[in-house]
Amino acid sequence: MIRRHHFHRPNRGLQVYAVFFMALLYAPIMFIPLFSFSDGLYIRFPIEGWTLRWYDELLQRTAVLRALENSVRVAGSVAVVSTVLGVFAAKALVRYRVPGKGPILGFILLPLVVPPIIFGVALLLMVSWLQIPLSLYTIAAGHIIICLPFAIATLLPRFEGYDAAMEEAAADLGENGWWVFWRVTVPIILPGIVASLLLTFTVSFDEFVMAFFLGGTDLTLPLYVWGQLRIPRAFPVVLALGTLILLFSFVLVFLGLKIGRRGAIKLVDRD
Amino acid sequence: MRMAVTTPNETALAAGRGQSAPRWLLARHEGLRGLILLAPALVILGITVIVPFAMMGAMSFWTQVGFDYADDWSLRNYIEIASEPIYSTLLLRSLGMAMAATLLTVVLVYPMAYFLAFHVHRNKLLWLIIITLPFWTSYLLRVFAWRVVLGFEGVINTGLMEIGLIAEPLKFLLYSRTAVVITLAHAWAAFALLPIYVSLEKIDRSVLEASADLGEGPVMRFFRVILPLSMPGVIAGTFLMFIPTVGDYVTAALVGGPDARMIGNLIQLQFGTINNWPMGAALAITMILAITVVGLMFLGLMLALKRWAR
Repeated sequence: MIRRHHFHRPNRGLQVYAVFFMALLYAPIMFIPLFSFSDGLYIRFPIEGWTLRWYDELLQRTAVLRALENSVRVAGSVAVVSTVLGVFAAKALVRYRVPGKGPILGFILLPLVVPPIIFGVALLLMVSWLQIPLSLYTIAAGHIIICLPFAIATLLPRFEGYDAAMEEAAADLGENGWWVFWRVTVPIILPGIVASLLLTFTVSFDEFVMAFFLGGTDLTLPLYVWGQLRIPRAFPVVLALGTLILLFSFVLVFLGLKIGRRGAIKLVDRD
Repeated sequence: MRMAVTTPNETALAAGRGQSAPRWLLARHEGLRGLILLAPALVILGITVIVPFAMMGAMSFWTQVGFDYADDWSLRNYIEIASEPIYSTLLLRSLGMAMAATLLTVVLVYPMAYFLAFHVHRNKLLWLIIITLPFWTSYLLRVFAWRVVLGFEGVINTGLMEIGLIAEPLKFLLYSRTAVVITLAHAWAAFALLPIYVSLEKIDRSVLEASADLGEGPVMRFFRVILPLSMPGVIAGTFLMFIPTVGDYVTAALVGGPDARMIGNLIQLQFGTINNWPMGAALAITMILAITVVGLMFLGLMLALKRWAR
């Protein structure tokens, strides 16, 4: 006898709550784009008129473009380095019986939980001890700590999702280790690599705390935004800049999550 | 690489196959291959995490003398933290505000995680992506958004004045502890949601049917079956959100007033305008210890609760 219990039926109350929850989650963020088109100097209702002049003003600021260039350079290198390290580490953790696997994974994932200020301050101490000047390089070093856990968390399921026999077959057919990696492993985990690149790029691109402690005179975009937040007159331009940053980040992360998960599900389905 | 671990016979065999000894060792020992692949990540994390932590620990026992440090290995910083009330006030306040934000988030997020786990059957992946999407993007901007919402001339105040519900802006909205707690709850919600969702998703559906067949109503089934089975997720979510929020300083700096300063703000000041790095290091260490103590107490409480419930 098949009985449909009431936990299979739609629950009206929960549906309403879900809508309320999503509204609460997105509404505050959406005020940034909304007011970026407002004609007034202050963030207030009612909105008197609509304008694009804040965006116009934004594009004329060379400091913004320089900060953008710095951010892209840092985020690009951090994404590549943490993804490459992540591919090796994830392969090792899934494929080989590494002694102390649990503690090693825990150590790598630790930065997800520890307050970023701790890493920022500790790294600042070391860098100044060694008399290394603060620069985009020190920011990148800090970002790698934060991005590596995301890279590994994205890549681990990819390695778990396919059969090692494919690599073994290629090896048996005479490919050496390096070519097995390039011609078998990389194509299979490619969605994971792309997802990891997109996600770590965005995390680094938007990261503020590490950049705050480890940055020198070259500003990244979040540092530039931080500096502008002290100037109330600059708010509208910050809103315009914030809108563009949010839009860019949302698109990258959406693609990253979509590519990362979709491929994984397909691989599981094939089994 | 030394050959001591192999017998001469095996070595001869390896040499006979035309392989060099290290390569043969690699082929034989899986663990070694794994460790070599892990080495770059571990070396980089060692240099950027372990070494700086050791240095921070060491410096916390130093003292600031003018623009220089004296490596006099004294407990002076810690004694000052213990004796001056400002430090314990800030530390306790940070722990309290992080706890309030965590509690608020877990309560708000649980029904949503429940909805996702039990009532969303199509496009589940899309739902998950849309919920987690904001948390990948600029933390600074998400906090700033609350300044737009809560500000003196912000969305809520000018909106309410426009409808005519209030005549004067509500001053308690911005630059208060409430503002910081709300902002923290919003900014970190995904950290609490995901583990709760995963633990709910893992619950075997036949257990629920069994409890229904045995005559439990929906409310009792929730409290006696679903909630206990999802507790690991609730505990994980609590930790994932509580630990980082204790050390937050951006939120308090942007939406908190003078009475909402947190320990993170003080640590930041020690490395900034106050310029007393040894004290900043000691404060950071103290914060880690305090988080550990509170975390262990919470875990103990949960274990006691579990024993009592049986």
